[in-house]
Amino acid sequence: MPVSPDPSEKFQTYAHPERLVSTAWLEEHLDDPGLVVVESNEDVLLYETGHIPGAVKIDWHTDLNDPVVRDYIEGEAFAGLMGRNGIARDTTIVLYGDKSNWWAAYALWVFTLFGHEDVRLLDGGRDRWVAEGRAMTKDRPNREPVEYPVVARDDSAIRAFKEDVLAHFGKPIIDVRSPEEYSGERTHMPAYPEEGALRGGHIPSARSVPWARAANEDGTFRGADELATVYREDAAIGDADDVVAYCRIGERSSHTWFVLTHLLGVPRVRNYDGSWTEWGSAVRVPIQTGAEPGDAPLR
Amino acid sequence: MTDASSPALPPSLAEIRDDFLELGESDRLQLLLEFSEALPELPERFRDHPELLERVEECQSPVFIVVEVDGGAVAVHATAPAESPTTRGFASILAQGLSGLEVATVLATPDDFPFELGLTRAVSPLRLRGMTGMLARIKRQVREAAAA
Repeated sequence: MPVSPDPSEKFQTYAHPERLVSTAWLEEHLDDPGLVVVESNEDVLLYETGHIPGAVKIDWHTDLNDPVVRDYIEGEAFAGLMGRNGIARDTTIVLYGDKSNWWAAYALWVFTLFGHEDVRLLDGGRDRWVAEGRAMTKDRPNREPVEYPVVARDDSAIRAFKEDVLAHFGKPIIDVRSPEEYSGERTHMPAYPEEGALRGGHIPSARSVPWARAANEDGTFRGADELATVYREDAAIGDADDVVAYCRIGERSSHTWFVLTHLLGVPRVRNYDGSWTEWGSAVRVPIQTGAEPGDAPLR
Repeated sequence: MTDASSPALPPSLAEIRDDFLELGESDRLQLLLEFSEALPELPERFRDHPELLERVEECQSPVFIVVEVDGGAVAVHATAPAESPTTRGFASILAQGLSGLEVATVLATPDDFPFELGLTRAVSPLRLRGMTGMLARIKRQVREAAAA
């Protein structure tokens, strides 16, 4: 039984207001049956230092990634993960995390690959909850395991592979990395050197919109009008109905995927999770350096 | 991992390694958290002088280290924010495990020591690379300080 959405006025301007909840709303609904809060962080230990009461922890590395192949887990492992954490197929999931919800958005995107319907983000993420002095605990919740069906992962709708990006030329591509990564001055974001690529630059024709342009200072999402200006005008996606976003490994672009899909209502948005760590090391794919997007190669 | 396969591991680090390996995987995370909480504060002379500390670029979170060599003995200091407990834990293991050792002993520490802690699955190899970077920078600073 899905939990009714957060009616906050701010969210009503978005294409899919039910995809966000505010910290105040979540505090009131923590004990709602049918709602599970999931914390997903970059830092694998942050949850252990304290989390929202009742929240379970799902880690992008150790839970969502296949340990051998560079891919996500399959249906069976996903069903086990969900069931173990007390999440049923019709559970309302509220995700939150550190770094303005990068990893929470990434987890939300992976959950969507498995078609979990009711997934929402906590506007402002972990930092906002903490900054507002709301309750935190170190107690791990005792969630009764439940049955979660084995559902095949569907990569076709919201995930792009390298070949898909090559076939997408001529339609909008958004590069979510820092300006230095985009221009090719560096192949990794400042302070993240370990996930570099062999070449620097960006996918030709991709527009640079660092993920943070979607967020206010406090990590909450900007209003719908501001988002429309950033993406539809500045990044010139206009009324495009088919957009690809990428970053370094697909986590920051999950944040942008969320914005384009759920807040702006772009019909088809795919996250290229291979992102620059694949493209920048792949043989004979076109690369553009410098601050200009460059032209889409003729196919 | 036995002592025979890593003869250069100083007893202090070997003890930390053994403490980790004795535990099940989820308890290892708990121990890393305890290390994170036990990261010694920076000595006062460094607290107001961030320019004396070196940023560990390999880490995803801001962590800064500084090494001193006094009378042949090494002291490792580090600071990292509370919101980055994993990074703090790594720094704490190295600061506690290497401080007090002789220069040659620190320099002989195997570069892949972080991968001996049994954290590869619980923490992920990617995150452990941050600790490898930290160790490499500590050794370089020790080398420079010893040569000075």
